[in-house]
Amino acid sequence: MTVHSTAKAFKRNAARAMQDEKLQRALMHVRTNFIAKRQSAVDRLPEFEALRESARDIKNHTLAHLDLYLERYEAKVTQAGGHVHFARTAEEARATVVDICRRLGAKTVTKGKSMIGEEIGINEALEKAGMKPVETDLGEYIIQLRGEIPSHIIAPAVHLNRDQVEADFRRAHVELDPKRDLSEPTQLLAEARQVLRERFLAADVGITGANFLIAETGTSVIVTNEGNGDLTQTLPKAHIVLASIEKVTPTLEDVCQILRVLARSATGQDMSVYTTFSTGPRRPGDPDGPGEYHVVILDNGRSAMLGTQFQDMLRCIRCGACMNHCPVYHAIGGHAYGWVYPGPMGAVLTPSLIGLGEGGNLPNASTFCGRCEAVCPMKIPLPGMMRHWREREFERHLSPATQRYGLAFWAFFAKRPWLYRPATRVAMWGLALFGRSKGTLSSLPFGAGWTTHRDFPTPQGPTFQARWHGRDKRRDLS
Amino acid sequence: MSFARDDVLRTIRRSLGVNGTEASRRAEVDDRLSRAPDGIIPKRSQVDRAERLALFMAQAETGLATVVLVPDAASVPTEAARYLRDSNLPATLRIGDDPRLAAMPWHATTIEVSKGASDGADLNALSHAFGGVAETGTLAMVSGSDNPTTLNFLPDNHLVVVASGDLSGNLEELLQKLRARYGKEKMPRTLNLITGPSRSADIEQTLILGAHGPRKLHIIVVEG
Ligand code: SF4
Repeated sequence: MTVHSTAKAFKRNAARAMQDEKLQRALMHVRTNFIAKRQSAVDRLPEFEALRESARDIKNHTLAHLDLYLERYEAKVTQAGGHVHFARTAEEARATVVDICRRLGAKTVTKGKSMIGEEIGINEALEKAGMKPVETDLGEYIIQLRGEIPSHIIAPAVHLNRDQVEADFRRAHVELDPKRDLSEPTQLLAEARQVLRERFLAADVGITGANFLIAETGTSVIVTNEGNGDLTQTLPKAHIVLASIEKVTPTLEDVCQILRVLARSATGQDMSVYTTFSTGPRRPGDPDGPGEYHVVILDNGRSAMLGTQFQDMLRCIRCGACMNHCPVYHAIGGHAYGWVYPGPMGAVLTPSLIGLGEGGNLPNASTFCGRCEAVCPMKIPLPGMMRHWREREFERHLSPATQRYGLAFWAFFAKRPWLYRPATRVAMWGLALFGRSKGTLSSLPFGAGWTTHRDFPTPQGPTFQARWHGRDKRRDLS
Repeated sequence: MSFARDDVLRTIRRSLGVNGTEASRRAEVDDRLSRAPDGIIPKRSQVDRAERLALFMAQAETGLATVVLVPDAASVPTEAARYLRDSNLPATLRIGDDPRLAAMPWHATTIEVSKGASDGADLNALSHAFGGVAETGTLAMVSGSDNPTTLNFLPDNHLVVVASGDLSGNLEELLQKLRARYGKEKMPRTLNLITGPSRSADIEQTLILGAHGPRKLHIIVVEG
């Protein structure tokens, strides 16, 4: 297992999230800002659609040759004086990182934002080993102060309001004047900058994630806006990169293709502020840079997704667009998903990585409106894969009896019309996408339980058919 | 952890239904790595020299940098002095060993120039870019003693000189120049692509400049 999951309690988590007035206030920003910014960036680039296809094809090619590209990448890192460590599991990845830090006598370890770091629970492992991990991305720093996990893959603290951050800073930064003014976001940022600057300069090891590992040159790439990742990796004795196997990308040109869709999809920028290519440790004559350069490449269940109907999920570049456009995410935020990866990508990935037993509820967190697939820069068929999971879960008899008959999922929304409202707003759009199906759900083969809630949009698709057939099959078997 | 390595590769191969020795797969990978084909390159980035300069300046400003054009390298110190004065900043600059910067007439200004990587105490730094990308208004900085990487991130105010002849239309053209300099399949230790000053929108999605890196980025483009 990796970091603790509460994904099993998804329904309870979701219900609680919808009653949380502060969370609902914070989520407003997701609904408005991200969507508008992405749209205007996309509108500015006529080649955006063609680039999506190009990016998808590059990843498909890479995944089909993943073993060979990983070998090549490893050889190139070694040539540049770096070290590659493969890790089958989260445990192995943690042990590798802790060993490197111990050998260097590290006391403080700064961290750039890394979803793999979250996935393997690296902070806890470092703390247990007597070291102090310091998150340096502003959002990550805030949630570290609160002892939380990120609620969004690119905006970790998007579930919080300014006044909550102010309260956290007053609680954590006791050495500062208690009467200081923190009423503006700029003041909060300035305070974090000041506090973290000392940590950057004192750190012994810096850990970052990676958006790409380039096979051609043995290079890791991070894409950020704050500059914290660069200070994290440049100042300490050693730089450790945490990445997963599917981050490998063949060439510099291939990275350019994907970069063009990444920032636009994520934050609506043409290009993020800092795109940093790192190849090996400090070289002779370099006045700065890390003395050691390590890359930990995590599998943690991904290699088993290859060759299955979930292989496409490994194209994901963690841009966050799917959750930014998801009516379920808008309604409940990221924490309700219970593990590291929220939103549609999390609903597909979490069961793959931690199993259906833990994450089996998540693929139900969908209205099948299809927006996530429509905006995904890597053209990942997210709703289709959620359906696959639901079918599997059904077949495995893992869900409670009512759910096996498709009722609980719909009842969940039926009891919460406010969750459904954002979904119906995009219903026309969803209908267009699911034009093959038949309009509204006027009748469903589930009897009276359904007729009271029959004004749903039309997400039945193949899933209900599959379930219905599945039910028959089970009858046949019994 | 070589067990882990072999295990991961073995599982990947098993899932893909391959054994890793197939000549056709190997050939395909070698081919892609050696040819490094371009994909889709946006039309707006395929521009001639004059347009490239205009696009670079416009895009850099969109990225919230400030940009000025000076006629020659000798004009850089005066422009730097003007910028520091107009921004109410002390007349100090931290620079690396770049010979192009060393050859500039700094004595003609009152700027106090100090040399080397930054330890975090410098308010202002000046670097020479390897090149720039017009498509996105991006600067390309390479590591080394000429232009230490710390200068790109620690000082509050970063001034960057770029020669207009070093501007590329798009990222791909820039990478070709990098390959010409460092050799095929090789890279500098660090290549920083920088588009505007540091920023964060982590608090209520409000964009604020000056997160952990420079609060201000001033680009001096040298004509010629
Ligand atoms: S699934 Fe697609 S939209 Fe979602 S984070 Fe991944 S790449 Fe982005």
